[in-house]
Parts: sequence; C-alpha cells; structure tokens
Amino acid sequence: MSGPWWATLRRELTLIWRSPADMVQPLFFFMVVVSLFPLGLSPKPELLALVAPGVVWVAALLAVMLSLDGLFRRDQESGALDQMLTAPVVSVLPVSAKLLAHWLLTGLPLALMAPLLGYMMQLPVPALATLTYSVLLGTPTLTVIGAIGAALTVGLNRGGILLALLILPLYVPVLVFGAGVVRAAVDGSPTQGLLAVLGALLALALSLGPLAVAMGLRISAGD
Amino acid sequence: MSSDSLRLTVRQLQCERDERVLFRDLAFQARAGEIWQITGANGAGKTTLLRILVGLHGFYEGQVRWHSPLAPDLLYLGHQPGVREELTARENLRFSAALNNQPGDVDAALDAVDLYGFEDVPAAHLSAGQKRRVALARLWLAPKKVWVLDEPYTAIDQNGVARLDQRIRDAAGDGTLVLYTSHHRVGDDVRRLHLGAEAPA
Repeated sequence: MSGPWWATLRRELTLIWRSPADMVQPLFFFMVVVSLFPLGLSPKPELLALVAPGVVWVAALLAVMLSLDGLFRRDQESGALDQMLTAPVVSVLPVSAKLLAHWLLTGLPLALMAPLLGYMMQLPVPALATLTYSVLLGTPTLTVIGAIGAALTVGLNRGGILLALLILPLYVPVLVFGAGVVRAAVDGSPTQGLLAVLGALLALALSLGPLAVAMGLRISAGD
Repeated sequence: MSSDSLRLTVRQLQCERDERVLFRDLAFQARAGEIWQITGANGAGKTTLLRILVGLHGFYEGQVRWHSPLAPDLLYLGHQPGVREELTARENLRFSAALNNQPGDVDAALDAVDLYGFEDVPAAHLSAGQKRRVALARLWLAPKKVWVLDEPYTAIDQNGVARLDQRIRDAAGDGTLVLYTSHHRVGDDVRRLHLGAEAPA
C-alpha cells in the first residue's frame, strides 16, 4: 500500500519545487509581519520581549493559514482531485502524503526561522529553543486543521475569507499553548507540561485529521 | 449470459439539481464486455450520472450497485483531464499509474497516444488535445474491469479518435465494461442510454 503514498509525496514535493513562490511567500510573510512590530510598537527591548511569544506565534499561525488556501484548489481545477478520490486506494493515503509534503516545505522552514525572529524580538536566548520546539510541534497541527477548512471550501469561489473564519477559532488552543509555553520559558517556569499538551494536540490532529480532510474533499466533490 | 458477468445494476435512479429533475426512474444493467454510450442534450445530467456511478456525487435517490467482490476496479476519466501543468507528461502519467495501481510501461502508453517526444515537456506547454491524450494514456496501462469516461473524444483529432475507438473495442473484447459520454459512436454494438427527452429518430 506504500506505492500510492510515496508517489503522491514525490509528486507534491516536485509540484512545490516547480513553483517556489508558493513556498517562499509564507516565509516572507512571517518575517515581514514580525518585523513590523518593533516599528509599530517601540523598539524598547523589555516591551518587545514581553509581546514576542504572542507576536511570533500569531505571525506563524497566519502564515500557515495563508499557505493553505491553495492546497487543493489547483488539483480541483485540473481534475486531479477527482482522480485521487476515485482511485482504488483509501483517500487518506494521498491526502496524508499531501499534508506531509506541505508541512515539510512550510511548517518546517517556519520553525527553523522562528528562533531568528525571536532573537530579533529580544527573547532571552534560553527561551529560543523552547520557541523552536513549540513551533515545530504546533505547525503540523495548524496544517491539518487548516487543511480540513481548505477541503471544505475548495469548490467555493471566494473561499479565502471563509477559510479564515472557519479555522481561526480552531487555531485558538494551539496558539494559547504555543505562546504560553514560550512565555513560561521566558519566566523560567517548567515547560514540559505545556509542550506535552502541544504534542497531545498534534497526536489528535494526526490521527483524526487526514480522515476529516478526505471526507471534506468528498463533500466538496459531491456538489 | 451468466450472472457473474454482471457488473453494474442501477435501479430507480433519480437526481435533482437546483430544483430541476435531471433524470428519474433510470434503470439499467451493464455486463462485462459491454460498451455503453450515454447521450443527452447539454445539461441533461450526463456528467452527474457518471459522477454518481463512480461515487463522487452523493445526492441522489435510488440504487447503484457494483457487482464485484471488492470495490469496483474502475478507471474514471473526468471532464477535466486531471493533468497538472507544472509536471511533465511522464510525471503526470506516472503519478496516475501509481495512484490507480496500474503498473505498465508509461513511455509505451504515451507513445500509443502519439506523445512520443513529448514525455519530458511540462504539460503547460502542451495543447488542450495533447493534455487530454496524457490522461487517455491511462487506458493503455494495465487493464481495469470498468472504464468510466466523460467526453473522452473532446479535443482529439481524427487519427486519435480512430485509435481510441480501437482501444475501447479491444478492451471490451477483453471483458472491460466501458461507459462513456459522447455523441460519437464507437461501433454498431454499442448500447445507448439517452437522458432527457426522447431523441429524434
């Protein structure tokens, strides 16, 4: 059963590689949004360090959300999505490969960039590692939740805003625990518990998410 | 004919779209090796019927039953060719083949649809007809029990039409059930299913 999964993963990576703008834009968005805060608030290090966990996390969350709008659109327009849904494999297989490819080329680079931006926002150096871990654990959850919304809105013309309205409320737990764990690290409190909660959210998203995405795509296709 | 050649039974199928009845009391039985041509005016529901048959459209009343021990081993070619422009002809076909569990020589299949020399060209640089041929090349890979083809003759030139006719007849000869929508008739022994008002004689 691994054939279709690997083939999809390879195809998705090739696709993203061939249109690098789709991959680079969310990363630039992340960088630019975070850089706006020192300009708009004040460059005082104490103030920046205070807001840094929330700012970096909100920017990462919006970057993931923006990158998801087109996740299924071009496959739907070209008819490739119908092929995936009628193929003699459970549609969870190609869907999960798609999600993994997407995370590898957006969530993972976001997590690698996060410590640099955290440093820019005057986060104390010991908290940077926690920031990276939290983004690393949180972004796959964001990708999966967002993909459910993207699957349900794929057939709609102006799905972008609706997608935001649908999934931003669902992003709240990830944001609360993600930013919370960084704040705890800044204060010197223990962080394992909060990281474990992020891990639990991830486990939940990974186990049920791809099923929900596949069902969402089926509902969209039926219309 | 023996009952194990029975592939598909449709009973009292009815579908409404936007408050308009597309078809009602549709019933037919299709067996292995048969070719079914589905005709009807534009908007008569041909595409919707095919999408119901392959399980993509769930809003209908009535019964659609595939007779096979497992899920039907079917190949569906939709209205859109399902070809991504960023990928080359070979990459597109190789993905379809892997996804549909259709082993076979990808290059030979592309050759069979007259795309020899275009294997490594990104689909964005291919014409509409050539993109359709990339999708049709799947018909030359490993056989399937059922083919469901939505307007396979669109944008195909005369030479390609003849070749596709031949391929469909060969496959039916090997026991594949072929259901397709088009105004083109593959041969004389094709069964016809007309949607909407009765066609003029």
